Amino acid sequence: MKRVNAVVIGAGAGGGIVAKELSMAGLSVVLLERGKWYTPYDCRKDDLRNQRTAVLGNAFGPEDHGNPRVWVDPAGAEHIALPSDGIYQNNAACVGGGTFSYGAMAWRYLPQDFRMKSTYGRPEGSSLEDWPIGYDDLEPFYEKAEYEIGISGDYSGTPFHGPRRRPLPMPPLPPNREFEILEPAAKRLGLHPFHIPMARNAVPYNGRGSCMRCRWCVGFACEVDAKNGSQNTVIPTALSTGNCELRTKCMVKEILTDNGGSARGVAYFDADGHLQEQPSDIVVVSACAIESARLLLNSKSRLFPNGMGNRYDQVGRNLQGHHYTGAVGYFDFDTYDDIGPGASIAVTDYNHGTPGLCGGGLLANEFIRLPIQMIDRMPSDTPRWGLGHKRAMRDFYKRNIVVMGPTQQIPAADARVTLDSTVRDKWGLPVARISGNVHPHTFEIGKKQADRAAAWLKETGAVSISRFAGKGVLVSAGQHQAGTCRMGDDPRSSVVNKQCQIHDVDNVFVIDSSVHVTNGGFNPALTIMAIAYYASEALLRNWKGTQFRS
Amino acid sequence: MLTRRRFVTASAIAGAGLAAGCAARKNSAWEFLSEKDARTLTAICDQIIPADDFPSASQAGVLTYVDRQLVRHFQRFQKAYIKGLNHANLLSRKRFSLDLAEATPQQKLQIVSAIEQQNPEFFELVRSHTLQGYYGSPRHGGNREGVSWRMLGLSEPPIRGSAQYDLASGSRP
Repeated sequence: MKRVNAVVIGAGAGGGIVAKELSMAGLSVVLLERGKWYTPYDCRKDDLRNQRTAVLGNAFGPEDHGNPRVWVDPAGAEHIALPSDGIYQNNAACVGGGTFSYGAMAWRYLPQDFRMKSTYGRPEGSSLEDWPIGYDDLEPFYEKAEYEIGISGDYSGTPFHGPRRRPLPMPPLPPNREFEILEPAAKRLGLHPFHIPMARNAVPYNGRGSCMRCRWCVGFACEVDAKNGSQNTVIPTALSTGNCELRTKCMVKEILTDNGGSARGVAYFDADGHLQEQPSDIVVVSACAIESARLLLNSKSRLFPNGMGNRYDQVGRNLQGHHYTGAVGYFDFDTYDDIGPGASIAVTDYNHGTPGLCGGGLLANEFIRLPIQMIDRMPSDTPRWGLGHKRAMRDFYKRNIVVMGPTQQIPAADARVTLDSTVRDKWGLPVARISGNVHPHTFEIGKKQADRAAAWLKETGAVSISRFAGKGVLVSAGQHQAGTCRMGDDPRSSVVNKQCQIHDVDNVFVIDSSVHVTNGGFNPALTIMAIAYYASEALLRNWKGTQFRS
Repeated sequence: MLTRRRFVTASAIAGAGLAAGCAARKNSAWEFLSEKDARTLTAICDQIIPADDFPSASQAGVLTYVDRQLVRHFQRFQKAYIKGLNHANLLSRKRFSLDLAEATPQQKLQIVSAIEQQNPEFFELVRSHTLQGYYGSPRHGGNREGVSWRMLGLSEPPIRGSAQYDLASGSRP
């Protein structure tokens, strides 16, 4: 196969941007994606088969057959997990990755989110650490992501954000009913509510039309292609350069190493299951936190017997996502107007600055209200079945508001991805084995956040309120998975340097959420994108033709 | 590796055929369930979602949903269903000398409560499948004609997007 300058593995939030930046700069790029390329036509609005409620499987991959993982519970028992099981910690497998079916909140992390250890100290037993880069390093790239991907919203209502040079390129969508109900109550509490930044066209942008406000965002494709991910922005741009070839349904087996310890390309199974080799000057791993770690661990060679980048047993550690906590308020009037995207209002007052807590998180109202998602969110005194449950569904379906948010997660080194020694996927490759838990301080933060959500709903006039918290027995990864190839200056405690380059191997990069040292109290997509622009720029700055040297 | 892939694919198809073969009960209108299974399951589902002004679980097609998925996405639950339904009849015969389907509504409620206590894993399986069938998309055989969505006050067929606005006045209706 013809040698190319770069192989990018994974066409999601990170890989799509890297492919675009490199191919625009004139490098030849092969973009490998294990899933398919879906289109808005594939938005089936099926509430039992999507990326959020997968009781009948994932709509946008991976399929249940042939893609298992192993989950080790806190008692040490092993469970085979299928992609539609919660314990699998699935994101997606398709062109666009998670951005094809995400809710599309597009947050910048706050400056403190990059300095967690120096702000709070390290809780005992945790692996809390500072990033080797700061908000200021990423600011220009946050801006680039906001303009190239297309973000709507309005930060003017809150002082709780980092410095920014330009406003968002699109205004927010008009408020829905929940916004109108929640906003005055937040202001009475002294909070600073504002319009959530969203990767969604509020006005025509980038050659596509605006949101039709149907509320079927998170878990689904956008029927009118008004939700912005890598599949309808940077990837088409990359392909239009003529320098980038996208190969779908291709599963990478391993990164190949030469005798000098540099990567010489990748081996992958093509759409027909044939093993292929693609030689390249550089390799960029953008397969998302769990699969990126698995690929590095599966890339064993004489020089790297424990996997690439894993000399100090760091690959796969610090797996983290977000524990969601919050509250449901029940009202004696209709709060539901079925106007999308649903989630509309947020506060970031609670992300930092609470004495005794290492951070906090944003609070916002929830996207969708599919009946199937409400069956276990009825008032706490509701029977779980029978006429009482049916009546509660009728009474409260349109009379509740969910306020919740991602809690800043305190990482732990033993929350990790390793390779399972016996279970194989349909290509015969060892699967990811997920074990450990987040640091318990995470749950203290989550509990406080649930109390705050409840207080906001109480001020709003809810007649009763139920709090909910994430399941403490589960390591949290899922769609917000991060942390498994930590960025840092010290090779003994991190996997990549501040340019996302593997410490050991100068022509292999990890550019996705794996490099996040901590994951903020925010949905991580825009940060993944900003890092992809930032790392691509560094890569191109150091690109010296076919001989890559940093 | 090609051979392995082909083998896996082939065995998956064979597996599906085998499961369907096991399930082919004679004289049953269902894909997996026997007529007796269906009557027992109806008794349980209709306690989880009974009829009132709106249909019960079975009236809304929940059995179609479950039966269809038992030879598709829920294949791994086939054994649990056969065992659980037999256990339900066992409980009923022991207490009332009747199959569950023949019991009175009061007796059915007692048995389903007993299943919840004694066989919680099976009960949770049936509860979640019943609620999915009733409140989920009609395309999967349950929620016939979107009846649960209409019960909740949602339009059926769904009106979504800009059609919710009164376009003449430019405001919400």
